[in-house]
Amino acid sequence: MGVARKKTYYYFILPSFLTILLLAVYPVFHCVYLSLHTIDLKLPHVGQVFVGIQNYRYLTGDGRMWRALSNTFLFTGGSVALELLLGLGIALLMHRRFRGRGLFRASVLVPWAIPTVVAGMMWAWIYHDQYGVFNYLLTKLGVVDGYIAWLGTTKTAMFSLILADVWKTTPFMALLLLAGLQMIPHELYEAAKIDGAGCFARFSRITLPLLRSTILVALLFRTMDAFRIFDLVFVLTHGGPGNSTETMSLYGYKYLFSYLEFGYGSALAVVTFLWVGLISTVYILVIRRIGR
Amino acid sequence: MKGKTLSILTLFLILYIIFPFYWQISTSFKSPDEMFKKPPSIFPKSLYFRNYIEVFTSGRPFGRYILNSFIVSSSTTIASILIGSFAAYALSRSQFRGKNIFLGGILGLAMFPQIAILSPIFTIFRKLGLLNTYAALILPYTTFSLPLSIWILTNFFKDIPVEIEEAALIDGCTPLQVLRRVIAPLAAPGVFTCAILVFIYAWNEFLFALTLNTRDTMRTITVGITMFPGLYEIPWGTIFAASTLVTLPLIILVLLFQRKIIAGLTAGAVKG
Repeated sequence: MGVARKKTYYYFILPSFLTILLLAVYPVFHCVYLSLHTIDLKLPHVGQVFVGIQNYRYLTGDGRMWRALSNTFLFTGGSVALELLLGLGIALLMHRRFRGRGLFRASVLVPWAIPTVVAGMMWAWIYHDQYGVFNYLLTKLGVVDGYIAWLGTTKTAMFSLILADVWKTTPFMALLLLAGLQMIPHELYEAAKIDGAGCFARFSRITLPLLRSTILVALLFRTMDAFRIFDLVFVLTHGGPGNSTETMSLYGYKYLFSYLEFGYGSALAVVTFLWVGLISTVYILVIRRIGR
Repeated sequence: MKGKTLSILTLFLILYIIFPFYWQISTSFKSPDEMFKKPPSIFPKSLYFRNYIEVFTSGRPFGRYILNSFIVSSSTTIASILIGSFAAYALSRSQFRGKNIFLGGILGLAMFPQIAILSPIFTIFRKLGLLNTYAALILPYTTFSLPLSIWILTNFFKDIPVEIEEAALIDGCTPLQVLRRVIAPLAAPGVFTCAILVFIYAWNEFLFALTLNTRDTMRTITVGITMFPGLYEIPWGTIFAASTLVTLPLIILVLLFQRKIIAGLTAGAVKG
């Protein structure tokens, strides 16, 4: 290949490269810079005061931050685990031929396409403590005795949040897994059948091992997506009751745009970023090792 | 027998997936009397259109929200595809130094927590006078949709045989001409898929829209909808009428192009 042509390819990359550099990479460093200052937008005349790592020192003793971090982990773990189970079930179902499969496939895309904010409003109404259809159904089925304020008690708010998220994001998981299922050669199942392998053996010996890398990739994307959750919590609980559903992104947002403390808010953002970096690195290392 | 359990299971799943959406539409057609009634009625007794009228007359510039969302989303789509297609073409066609670093960067960007750049973007945009403009949203949206665009387009470009362009190159075309005259027409379906996905992403985004554009006339629809709740009561009927109006175009898009969307969503992820 000619040198001139190779050079052209660099020019082709350049617009994307510059966009990412200016609007994603540079801002992260700027965020670190801001986090080393005290910046109170309520007192603009004070300006930016350099304080070194003081914000980070405060952060390690900030109980609300630790609460938000554990909430984020709880939410991420709970919703991603449920999504994987349900998504795998739906994918296996969609992989078979049956009447109405086209309709099913189309309906699966509906929750995915709905804006998360709208989904949040929808679930807020479904969970309504007096007129919600969720309470109505559960009392009718005898699961609960009386109406419950699902979003209003610390015991149930996180669970309700996870359930709403599972509804919204399982389709994506299911579609990824389905694509992985479709890559598995059909002959393998035929051969296993001839050898007398049962339904369960075929699943655990063929489907799961061959689907492993797809599952990991799907988990990686969903985990990172769940870890930065903001809009659903913002609409459904706003972090309440009593900060029991406050996530890292929401806590950072509140410091930035409610308390207008850009220094500490930026420190929270940097910490969130580091956690995402750490978790994704672990995932990628695992995926690489398995790929080998 | 086995087929029957499967059908029942499927039916149950479809209900779980569709019911919340149906419930939103159904509520949007209920009068306040019917909405706050026990037990709830599954079908509205009569179609009550007041909620829909209220969406446009309650004092919130709902039409403007939609227009803003539309301008921001379509501009993002065009910018993202334009910038992304160049990169995708280079990635699908050549090995060059730094390619893996670039790909790693793209992957990192896809997992990026947006909160991490919120304060600097806000600070910088305020200095540049960009807050409360369309550009304030188009710029970050384009950036964060680049991984999606580049992935999908690279996959489509890879499927186009190199021999066609080799021939064009021998005939004396420059790579830019090859991209425009040979590849672009062949990649049109891929570009279309990509456009749908980027558009939906931009239409649904919330965090940047909430924080960067706070003037009511510059708000997008996702933020606008959260502005309906009043101080003392939540106008559920109006909210769901508005929600229905906002999601219906997306649902139609999804139903018309479901195959393309599924292909686009899963592109790359399976191949690793």
